[in-house]
Amino acid sequence: MPVFNQNRSRVVQIVFACVVLVIVGQLVNLQLFSAKYKLAADNNAFFRKVVYPDRGIIFDRKKKAILENAVSYDLIVIPADARGTDTLALCNLLNIDTVTYRKRMREIIFKNTSVKPSVFEALLTPEMYAKLNENMYKFPGFALNERSVRSYPYDAGAAVLGYIAEVDTGFLRRHKEEGYEMGDYVGRTGLENTYEKVLMGQRGIKRYIRDNRGRIQGPWENGAYDTTAIAGKNLYSSIDVELQKLGETLMTNKVGSIVAIDPKTGGILCMVSAPTYNPNYLTGNQRRKHFSDLFLDPRLPLLNRTIATTYSPGSTFKTVVGIAGLTEGVINEREMISCPGYFTGCGTGKPKCLDKGVFNFKEAVAHSDNTYFSTVYKRILDQRRYGSIDSSLAVFNKYAYSFGLGRRLGIDLPSEKKGNIPTPQFYRNPKVHGAYFHSCNIISNAIGQGEVSTTLAQLANVMAIIANRGWYYAPHLIDSIEGGDEFNMLEAYKTKHHTANHISDSVFEAVQDGMQAVVEYGTAVRSRIPGINMCGKTGTVENYAKVNGKVEKQIDHSFFGAFAPRENPKIAIAVICENAGQGAWAAAPIASLLVEKYLRDSISGTERKAMLEEFTKKNLIPALMRKAIAARDSSRQAKESEAAKKAMRDTSNIEEEPDIDIPPAAPVNNPPKPNKNKQQRTITTQAILPDDPRKFLPKRTASA
Amino acid sequence: MNNKSNKVAQGVDFTMIWLYAIMVSIGILCIFMVEYRTGTNWVQSFLSGKTNYSKQLIFSGICAIVAIFILLTDSKLFTAFANLLYAFGIVLMLATFVLGKNINGSKSWIPLGGGFNLQPAEVCKIFTALALAKFISRQEVDFSKLRSQIIASIIAAAPAMLSILQHEMGLALVYSSFLVAMYREGLPGQILVIGSSFAVLVIATLVVEPNLLAIILTVIAAVLIFLLRKQFRRNKGLLTIIIGTWLLCVGIQRFVVPYIFNNVFECYQSTRIYSMVGKEYDCSLNKKSARKNPNEKAAHKPDDYNVRQSKIAIGSGGLLGRGFLKGTQTRGKYVPEQHTDFIFTSLGEAFGFTGCLVFLLLYLFMLFRIIKIAERQRSTFSRVYAYSVASIIFFHIAVNVSMTIGLFPIVGIPLPLISYGGSSLLTFTVLIFILLRLDADRQMVLR
Repeated sequence: MPVFNQNRSRVVQIVFACVVLVIVGQLVNLQLFSAKYKLAADNNAFFRKVVYPDRGIIFDRKKKAILENAVSYDLIVIPADARGTDTLALCNLLNIDTVTYRKRMREIIFKNTSVKPSVFEALLTPEMYAKLNENMYKFPGFALNERSVRSYPYDAGAAVLGYIAEVDTGFLRRHKEEGYEMGDYVGRTGLENTYEKVLMGQRGIKRYIRDNRGRIQGPWENGAYDTTAIAGKNLYSSIDVELQKLGETLMTNKVGSIVAIDPKTGGILCMVSAPTYNPNYLTGNQRRKHFSDLFLDPRLPLLNRTIATTYSPGSTFKTVVGIAGLTEGVINEREMISCPGYFTGCGTGKPKCLDKGVFNFKEAVAHSDNTYFSTVYKRILDQRRYGSIDSSLAVFNKYAYSFGLGRRLGIDLPSEKKGNIPTPQFYRNPKVHGAYFHSCNIISNAIGQGEVSTTLAQLANVMAIIANRGWYYAPHLIDSIEGGDEFNMLEAYKTKHHTANHISDSVFEAVQDGMQAVVEYGTAVRSRIPGINMCGKTGTVENYAKVNGKVEKQIDHSFFGAFAPRENPKIAIAVICENAGQGAWAAAPIASLLVEKYLRDSISGTERKAMLEEFTKKNLIPALMRKAIAARDSSRQAKESEAAKKAMRDTSNIEEEPDIDIPPAAPVNNPPKPNKNKQQRTITTQAILPDDPRKFLPKRTASA
Repeated sequence: MNNKSNKVAQGVDFTMIWLYAIMVSIGILCIFMVEYRTGTNWVQSFLSGKTNYSKQLIFSGICAIVAIFILLTDSKLFTAFANLLYAFGIVLMLATFVLGKNINGSKSWIPLGGGFNLQPAEVCKIFTALALAKFISRQEVDFSKLRSQIIASIIAAAPAMLSILQHEMGLALVYSSFLVAMYREGLPGQILVIGSSFAVLVIATLVVEPNLLAIILTVIAAVLIFLLRKQFRRNKGLLTIIIGTWLLCVGIQRFVVPYIFNNVFECYQSTRIYSMVGKEYDCSLNKKSARKNPNEKAAHKPDDYNVRQSKIAIGSGGLLGRGFLKGTQTRGKYVPEQHTDFIFTSLGEAFGFTGCLVFLLLYLFMLFRIIKIAERQRSTFSRVYAYSVASIIFFHIAVNVSMTIGLFPIVGIPLPLISYGGSSLLTFTVLIFILLRLDADRQMVLR
């Protein structure tokens, strides 16, 4: 009987072997030919942690750090472990209510599960950190996590240094190849933006093993495949932070800007755009709120007025007109031109001049005589030897271009404007002058009005060129990069630029004579610094603004360009104070104070100190802006008082609108909720501008 | 093993004992891989008795004692008590309906006290194997007769039916492995062929669009009729058979399979089977789930997390594996039930294709060894029993490994000698060592 079905044992063996073969086949498929399982396993088990390097530090010319990194703390929570936490105590420490606490917890669990650590409160203030740190034992599941934030130790240079912000999807799309990821911070403006590549450093990657619930189990292979983070490189700038601070102080409650350049190197010594804000306000956990405050401020504190705003340069442009005229030989230093009160050359009675009299070149500069420079400009344009007016204007423009006007200077900051040196093509446009283009149409260019426009940095650069007598380095903020200029970012600032046509020394001599006279006895005599030979040129720029659809003339912009000392120029400076009247009234004294500060390291003499005080306190916010601010504040107050009333109704059962006599701002002191708002708001306002904008005195003509 | 006594050791197949020992050791190592955490003192935890691997070590010690005890007994004992034990097993299984304790949703455990539970369906495998062997080896039984075949099938099917009533699909399926033993004893091969054809048809029903499958079946029938058209004159019945088969196939595909999935299976079972072929099963069609909770929403998510994670773990092993204790999926506990039903994944991840191949070949060697042992028996009882053991082990391996690599729906069947679990290890130990005892007395003719 055993032999009976013997062959069937073979069949059974074959069946067994076949099934094993099928299994092996599937194993071959899974283990040898499907890469996706390996990938899926890695996705499952590896947690890639990005280690952010410290961003590079920016130093000023005296090696003081003006933008560095500070340690801040985030409050981290693992919701699953936080069940035993003393919620009430935590809420009290964080100044939130339990409803907010629960809401945040729900959001965290929804977004990031309850077993992974999430940020509960980012960037704690130092006081809050101290309070929490003492009480952490009460809050199981919570932890304090260190993190590096940008800090500006001098609270200065907001427009220059810029800020960083989290990348958005648009940025990621534009910079696909550069390895940015969601959650990264990137320089958005200022030097942070320009030198992003250098400052960012190199991120490190750490790999951890995690379990099925996303909990970290430990480093993978003991970190053998991890990369370390490489800190960003430090930058050495030409900024003098003390000068920068003084400039910002002087520009308090003024709208305008200052650019000071070291003429020898092109390094920018200070760059103030007023009104400015404390750059530290864009780093903390209130960043978003502060940013929107700044963004909506009618004074546009986020605008860098030194390079991103163009102005008519006014009389400061006369220096360029004079140099062109002298070099082209249409006039000489000794020729006298008389002004009966207006320019007679065109028969229109324009432009007017303030001082009647007869002027040679030096006196014309000193007293900023409009007739003189209109004559010079008209003579250039009407020169027969150039052919037509088109080519004459082209000849003049060549001078302007070689002085760095009408072109971007290439400053190492984003969003620099070109300004405008109008070309013949521009005027030949039938919509402008067309066939009627002749010298009298464009005569206002002679005195820096009309179509000519420049940035303040360009004006400062013109001053540097005159100081150097015909050459300049492109103005820049960064002198050197620690560890070498890997990306050739500073190459452009090592090229020496020369003005066109080799303007002779005697021409510069004459212009400098005139500019020194401006300060010695001319328009800016009040801004003379005893013991320093400063050369300067005032500018008073007519300007208009649209108010309710009507174009209205505004108070003049106050301009001043200068350099000092004349013998060995160390600083070239340009200042504009918007709607502050004549150049000598505001811009010139501010410039002179900065020059003295830079050259002497301090302001000396009681008279000069008084001047410093006077100009620091002066409020020159333009009337239109005051109106806009007042409108914003009153609408805010209305909202707040509304909220206050509502809060009153909500919190107490007293009858509605208890007292109509309460001034709009008063009720905010009583109920707790709007009180908090009020506090926060005034803090931020003070931060943006040291003075409360609503307390200004409407009397401003006193300074004129 | 401790076979010092010459009398006991005489005639015992040591190859088999070595294979057994190797397998149990591999099992403990695999459980160790699953449980191990960096930084733990493994020597201490092996001795502590708190971790699963140390528990498994203790179980294997108990099994060794049981094994020795079995080897010390007389093989006549097994033939004598076979039917009694079978009856006892059936009674135990019936008792679960009264005494049963609910563990993981199946009411198939009898609490023994002291935290131990007995699963009668598990133990019943041994009894059924013995009873089947006893029946077939009876002198008056001619297994080539249909009547004997039916009685044998009933012996095997009775515990299976009870298991199904206890919602233990996996255990019930195991009893189908007795078909292999019966086949060896003369069960017509056609039954197995028809059975596997039926399986192919069922799978095709799940995978292929119903109408398309009907068309395919019709085309096959038409082609057959066309090819065999000349033979119809000689053999009138052939046409009837073809048309009958065609009707049956379409009927199964159209009505029987959907009926089984919607009315016989639980919702989760249908879902698992559908998810294996990559499809979603709509539980709202399932009558049982509709009856159970008419108000609750049907679960729409395919129940394939286990299979997906298991495939990922095995697939990530590659050719050579990640290395002992270096498997990321194992360490991260991504595969549920990894120390019991999915133990194969830890092996696959740590040692890769090479390790799996060696491991499966070891198993195959073991199965072939048992078949060799079976064929050298003089008594039918021993041979049938040996085939039963081989096919039970084979069935466990095939189903367990297939389910971890996504070839079979998930049923709770452990990997023999490897998976964590005292009762499973004990069952296989008893199965194997009874065989070795019988084999040692192969010169005797047992009835």
